[in-house]
Amino acid sequence: MATTIPIGPYHPLQEEPEHYLLTVDGEEVLDVDVQIGYNHRGIEKLSEKKTYNQVPFLVERVCGICSHSHPYAYCLAVEDCGDLEVPEKAKYLRTLIGELERIHSHLLWAGLAGHFIGYDTVFMWAWKYREEVLDLLELLTGNRNAYAMMKPGGVQRDIPREHLEEARPILDTLKEKSEMLYNAVLDDPVMKARLEGIGVLDEEDARAFGALGPTSRASGIPNDIRSDFPYGVYEDLDWKVITRDAGDVLARVEVRLLETLESIKMCEQIINRIPDEGSIDSEPKKIPPGDGIGSYEAPRGECFHYIKSDGTNRPVRHKIRAPTFMNFPTYRSTCIGETVADASIILASVDPCYCCTERAISLKEKDDVNLLELSQKRTAEIKEELGLELSPLEEVLDE
Amino acid sequence: MTWTSWGISKSPWLYHVSTGSCNNCDIEIVDCLTPKFDVERFGGKLVGSPRHADVLMATGAMTRKSKPRFERVLEAAAKPYIVAAVGACACSKGIFHDAYNCVGPVRKVTKEVDEEIMVVNIPGCPPRPEAIIEGLVNGLQKLKEVHQ
Repeated sequence: MATTIPIGPYHPLQEEPEHYLLTVDGEEVLDVDVQIGYNHRGIEKLSEKKTYNQVPFLVERVCGICSHSHPYAYCLAVEDCGDLEVPEKAKYLRTLIGELERIHSHLLWAGLAGHFIGYDTVFMWAWKYREEVLDLLELLTGNRNAYAMMKPGGVQRDIPREHLEEARPILDTLKEKSEMLYNAVLDDPVMKARLEGIGVLDEEDARAFGALGPTSRASGIPNDIRSDFPYGVYEDLDWKVITRDAGDVLARVEVRLLETLESIKMCEQIINRIPDEGSIDSEPKKIPPGDGIGSYEAPRGECFHYIKSDGTNRPVRHKIRAPTFMNFPTYRSTCIGETVADASIILASVDPCYCCTERAISLKEKDDVNLLELSQKRTAEIKEELGLELSPLEEVLDE
Repeated sequence: MTWTSWGISKSPWLYHVSTGSCNNCDIEIVDCLTPKFDVERFGGKLVGSPRHADVLMATGAMTRKSKPRFERVLEAAAKPYIVAAVGACACSKGIFHDAYNCVGPVRKVTKEVDEEIMVVNIPGCPPRPEAIIEGLVNGLQKLKEVHQ
């Protein structure tokens, strides 16, 4: 007999409100469904009211963990629309912050993964080492989480050379600790017993569902925007795309931890090569009519932004597609047939981020919101703003 | 001082409820529990049910869909408790002040449910873990004074 188990919207394992429905027969998961909408704030609409230089501060608040990815993707879209040049130094600074963010995001996930399987030692370790990256980000940008570095055509502020030099010893300790964490996690028989062969996503399914980022790379697809459509300074750096063929949860852990080491290597190279002289901002004056797209490899996969401009100082349309949106459907392939005990780590293994994903909400009358009422209210607001006396609909029809 | 308020001020149990935040404040709250900041020094502990909680840590600008759920959490929690509004969005809706889907801030919703619920505002985008801990300590001090 099938039973439905609701997980969420408020659940001790989750940071964000999200609602899973697991249909189970005994221990076995028969079906999985996700209900979202708790985090929808209407960012795409808000950004239409803001000028091009104000939007990065808004899209930074799409998601707190990828708070460099969304502004970066947005800036790439604006630069594509206006054919803007970005100075060399700005590219290096952008890439440096982007890679530091990747380290902090992957360590955060590794810790949460330990927490999900009930192994709190890994959780405490990973989050302790993550503090080093946060300290470094605070030193370089002034804030632990929202960096406010991006702006179309460059970066907001320069990082002095002495701060970059101070970053070296921190990166060294971070490298040592990350290697230790990698070895400790991978050699641990408990982790192996819990994660090996669980939630397997084979290459065919990963392609069919359009999986992105570490989820697809753990299934053997070398899918990485940094190497496929390079932005920033990735072409000049010495690094490689990490892939694993197994497709199980252990492979996803391995890919993320190895990417952390790869990112530390990249940061060291960037600090060596960053030019001391040169401008950091090309100061664009006007964005011409047209549209542009920006693709950025966020820690969870490809983050995509679309901008439509009509020549004024605000975007007419701003569309965001976050990586988790594409990774959701893989649950159909990975979760079904597994046990309930493993379901939580499988659901978490794509590193889901709901505040990134929730770009739309469905309104029904039972949610106390009437679409017609909302529309009439908005019309009345516009009337008031413009000071117009529009004739009611009936009179227009009579004429 | 009553036994209840003495007990709460010595070991405040925290329940984290996100009402449509951007994850920033949420990870800073979890950061408070990890070795560097370690709120367990003050007896603080994250619990899984509002019925066990003494402090409700609310983050986010209160979206339409999460408002009824938050009201249910407020009704489920055992009194006396305090609500800590963590982050600029929870305090004043912050950058989302004119968003169509945000009906917050937290204080407005707690007033609708019960006028007497004590709310501590912890501003910042996101507030540093030190600020969250200070806000908690101040809130508990207040609770102790009220329930003398």
